[in-house]
Amino acid sequence: MIEVSQLHKSFGQQQVLCGVDLQIDEGESIVIIGGSGCGKSVLLRHIIGLVQPDKGDVKIDGQGIANLSERELIKVRRKFGMLFQGSALFDSLTVEENVGFLLDREQTMPPAAIRETVADALELVDLGGTQAKKPAELSGGMKKRVGLARAIVYKPEIILYDEPTTGLDPVVADSIDQLVIKMRDQLKCTTIVVTHDTRSMRRVGNRVMLLHHGRIHANGTPEEIFNSTDPIVHKFVNGIADPKDLEF
Amino acid sequence: MGHSGDNPIKDALANLGRVTILFLEAVRSIATKRFRIRDLVEQLHFIGVKSQSVVLLTGAFTGMVMCAQFYIQFHKVKMDSAVMSVVSVAMARELGAVLTSLMIAGRVGAAMAAQLGTMKVTEQIDALRTLATSPVDYLVAPRLLAMLISLPLLTAEAIGMSLVSGMLVAVYLLGLDPVFLWNNMVFYTWSVDIWMGLIKAFIFAGIIATVACHKGMHCGQGAEGVGKATTEAVVAASICILVSNFFVTLILNKLLIYQE
Repeated sequence: MIEVSQLHKSFGQQQVLCGVDLQIDEGESIVIIGGSGCGKSVLLRHIIGLVQPDKGDVKIDGQGIANLSERELIKVRRKFGMLFQGSALFDSLTVEENVGFLLDREQTMPPAAIRETVADALELVDLGGTQAKKPAELSGGMKKRVGLARAIVYKPEIILYDEPTTGLDPVVADSIDQLVIKMRDQLKCTTIVVTHDTRSMRRVGNRVMLLHHGRIHANGTPEEIFNSTDPIVHKFVNGIADPKDLEF
Repeated sequence: MGHSGDNPIKDALANLGRVTILFLEAVRSIATKRFRIRDLVEQLHFIGVKSQSVVLLTGAFTGMVMCAQFYIQFHKVKMDSAVMSVVSVAMARELGAVLTSLMIAGRVGAAMAAQLGTMKVTEQIDALRTLATSPVDYLVAPRLLAMLISLPLLTAEAIGMSLVSGMLVAVYLLGLDPVFLWNNMVFYTWSVDIWMGLIKAFIFAGIIATVACHKGMHCGQGAEGVGKATTEAVVAASICILVSNFFVTLILNKLLIYQE
C-alpha cells in the first residue's frame, strides 16, 4: 500500500506540491492527470524516493521513506519498476544489457538464465530479437517498450509510468496503452500512470486523480471523472482552455 | 535547483561539503567492493591507455624545453653537466605530477563530467537509482579508483619520457657529454623526489575524479547545463590542483625532506 500524506515540495520560489494526500491499495491501477507542469512527475518521483519532500511523508507498505538515506532507499526501490518519460535507457549498453541491468547487478541468476529472462521480457513487449541493438538505433516507441521491459523484468510489486504515451503517434501510443494494461493484468501489480492523455486515462485506470494547484482536486473512477460537473475537471477532460489563456 | 544563491562563500562551502561527501561515499564503496571489476577495467583503459599520446607528448616536450632553457643559463657558469639533474629533480618533484594532472583534468575530467552530465539530464542517473543501484557504486567508485591507479603511473611515464627526451636534446643537439649528465642526474635525484611526485599525482587523481563526477552529477538542465558542468569541472579541478600543490609541497617537504 502507498500512502502519501501532506506532501509539500517547492523548487526555489515555485511551490509545486502543497499538501498532497492520497492512498493507493495493492493491485490498484491509478492514473494521475493534470495540466503540464502541475507537479504530476514530481509526485511520482516522491513516491519512489527520487525527490525528498520539504514536508509530509510517503509510506510504502507502512514504511516512511521521506527521511531514508540513499542506501536505505535502494532496498525500498527494489519493489518498484519505473518507465521514464524519455525512456532513460543507458545509451552505452545494448538493449539486452539495459533490460537485464538489475539482474546482472544482483548476480543472483546465472548469465544464461538472465539472457532467457531478458528475452522473455522483450517478447512480452513485442521486441524479440532486438537484444544486440543500442538505444540510438531504436525509434521512440521501441525505446518506451525497452524501458517497459527493463521495468518489469524483475517482477516489481509497483510499476510507475511517467507520461508513457507523450510524444508518440496515436497508433504507437495505443500499443503502449495496451502494454500497460497487459502488464497490469499479467503481473497483478500496483500501477501508477502519470499522463495528460485523457484517452489513456479512460483505458488504463481503475481510479483517476486530478492534480491541480499542488493538491488532489478530484478522485474517482474514470467514468465519474469524465461525467464530473466540477468546472476544473470538466475543462481538463474535455480539453477546454480558460478564456484568459487565449489572450495572446 | 537551489545550486546558486546570494552568498558565494556559502555556496562554495556547500559545494566543498558535497564534494567531500561524494569522495567519502566513493571511498566507502571502493573499500566495500561495491563496484564491478569490469567497470574498473573499462575506466583504466579510458584513463590509462587512451591518455598515452597526451602524456608522452607532455613529458617529451617539457623535458626538451627545460633542457634547452637550463643549458642557456648553466652554460654561462660552466655547469653544463648539471642540466639533466635539474630537469630530473624539477620533473620528479613538481612538473611531472602537475602537468600530467592538468592534462588529464582536461582530457579525462572533461569527459567524465560530460558523460555523467548527459546521464543526469537524460534521467539515466535517476533510472539507475530506480533500478536499486547507487550511482556512486556504479559511476563514481570505478572512475575514482581507476584514476587513483592510473595517474601516478602516467606521471611516472611523463617523468621518464621527459628525461629521455631531455637527454636526447642535451647529447645530440647541445653536444653535452652523456656520462657526466647521467652521473649527475642519478646522483642528485633522490628516491624522495620521485615519491613526492607520485604522492602528489595520487592526491591530484582524487581531486580530478571527485570534482568531475560531482560536476557531472549535479549539472543543470539541457545542453547548456552539460557544457557548463564540463567547463567548470576542468577549471575547478585545475585550480584545486594548483592550489593544493603548494600545501602538499609544504607538507611533503616537512615529512620527506627535512627529516633526513
